[in-house]
Amino acid sequence: MIRVVLPAHLRTLAHVGGEVRLHVEGQVTQRSVLDALEARYPMLRGTIRDHVTQQRRAFVRFFACEQDLSHEPPDAPLPEAVATGAEPLLVVGAIAGG
Amino acid sequence: MSRVRVLVGTRKGAFVLTADGKRQQWDVSGPHFAGWELYHLKGSPADPNRLYASQTSGWFGQIIQRSDDGGKTWHQPGTPPGEPTTTADGTPKGESNKFVYDTSSATGKPLTTHQWYDGTPHPWEFKRVWHLEPSLTDPDTVYAGVEDAALFRSTDGGRTWQELAGLRGHGSGLRWQPGAGGLCLHTILLDPRHPGRIYIAISAAGAFRTDDAGKTWRPINRGLKSEYIPDPNAEIGHCVHRIAMHPSRPDVLFMQKHWDVMRTDDAGESWHEVSGNLPTDFGFPIDVHAHEPATIYVVPIKNDSEHYPPEGKLRVYRSRTGGNEWEALTKGLPQRDCYVNVLRDAMAVDALEPCGVYFGTTGGQVYGSANAGDTWAPIVRDLPAVLSVEVQTLP
Repeated sequence: MIRVVLPAHLRTLAHVGGEVRLHVEGQVTQRSVLDALEARYPMLRGTIRDHVTQQRRAFVRFFACEQDLSHEPPDAPLPEAVATGAEPLLVVGAIAGG
Repeated sequence: MSRVRVLVGTRKGAFVLTADGKRQQWDVSGPHFAGWELYHLKGSPADPNRLYASQTSGWFGQIIQRSDDGGKTWHQPGTPPGEPTTTADGTPKGESNKFVYDTSSATGKPLTTHQWYDGTPHPWEFKRVWHLEPSLTDPDTVYAGVEDAALFRSTDGGRTWQELAGLRGHGSGLRWQPGAGGLCLHTILLDPRHPGRIYIAISAAGAFRTDDAGKTWRPINRGLKSEYIPDPNAEIGHCVHRIAMHPSRPDVLFMQKHWDVMRTDDAGESWHEVSGNLPTDFGFPIDVHAHEPATIYVVPIKNDSEHYPPEGKLRVYRSRTGGNEWEALTKGLPQRDCYVNVLRDAMAVDALEPCGVYFGTTGGQVYGSANAGDTWAPIVRDLPAVLSVEVQTLP
């Protein structure tokens, strides 16, 4: 299972309390994880990436394993520790947002 | 006894203020959607329990919220918690957040750019919903005025949104430019006598009218004069801040412009200035008394960079003559050291007798008057900056 940590506002929208656990088919990438996240929590569509272009919203960042993955291609594999569930993918609101 | 429900949108959440018809004792609930900007909340005239709210964030974008029980509970239309994430035919839910400009060749003429601040072309980018205007007759139909300026409509209770693309496509969209607050469509007025007639206003493009329910539009800015555009009398480019209408006289409109308070008596065909003896004719909101169609209210602001009341005195001005002759309403409002602003959607009236008038400030106060403005009292003093105020008069 893939673990995703959402920022507080998105946890509220999705009606979840803590970490989200997702089953992801195939390669574990930003895109496949976000596809699975939005399929399970459709109220999050448009809040992390644009509805149409699928580009990450400017004030949202992706961190994992103490790395900033925000600018990685969406189809690049996420770190092995994320794919195995050892580490979560962190969806973070940029400090300049809000 | 009748009641009132005041819906307040702020920079960090929404608040609902309720009182009986005396309007002396208030209950305050909130913050709802804490931490988010609530640009606007409004109830359906056809079903007062149906409320719509525009919840927005620099981080996470646009969310539409809906309540079917007068604000006790809220949900994103189409995605109530615990229900399947697709409809029976497999269509994904979560479309209530989705505002996509119409680029089809079938409706309107797709546009790719408007003017940027410096006059260069700039692509249309959806940012947020500024104003929600529920239909006068159908609780499931609601209009949304958005930034970058466009008009959207939902006919399924906010689940999905479609652009009325004839507005951007009527011909002048390429020349629209942002005001200081952005290129926003902030005013939507539904004409109760002519169901197909809608007025909208855009900062800084001007006012527009449709007579065929949004298919075709034309600018209605004759008589407006704006010194900050190359041709002060141009057909478009005017920074309209707000327009108000009394439902009994829908051809008479009152406008607070970037400078100038204006009036039309012929549904926007021509405008004339009614600033009269106001201390300054800059300001944002304008509204009409619920029972006196010629009684109007504005809050003069010093000028276009000093967004606070002149002399540090918070004064609502009332005209009982449809403009030109104004009186200052000061009782109960701070008359020294007051440097707040009142934004364009932050004034509203109730339908009780006598008429109640309400406005919110960027300092977080919401003031109310239960006697048409003669005296005022703060309902709340310390909210986040107030973006919008709407009032529902309940049985």
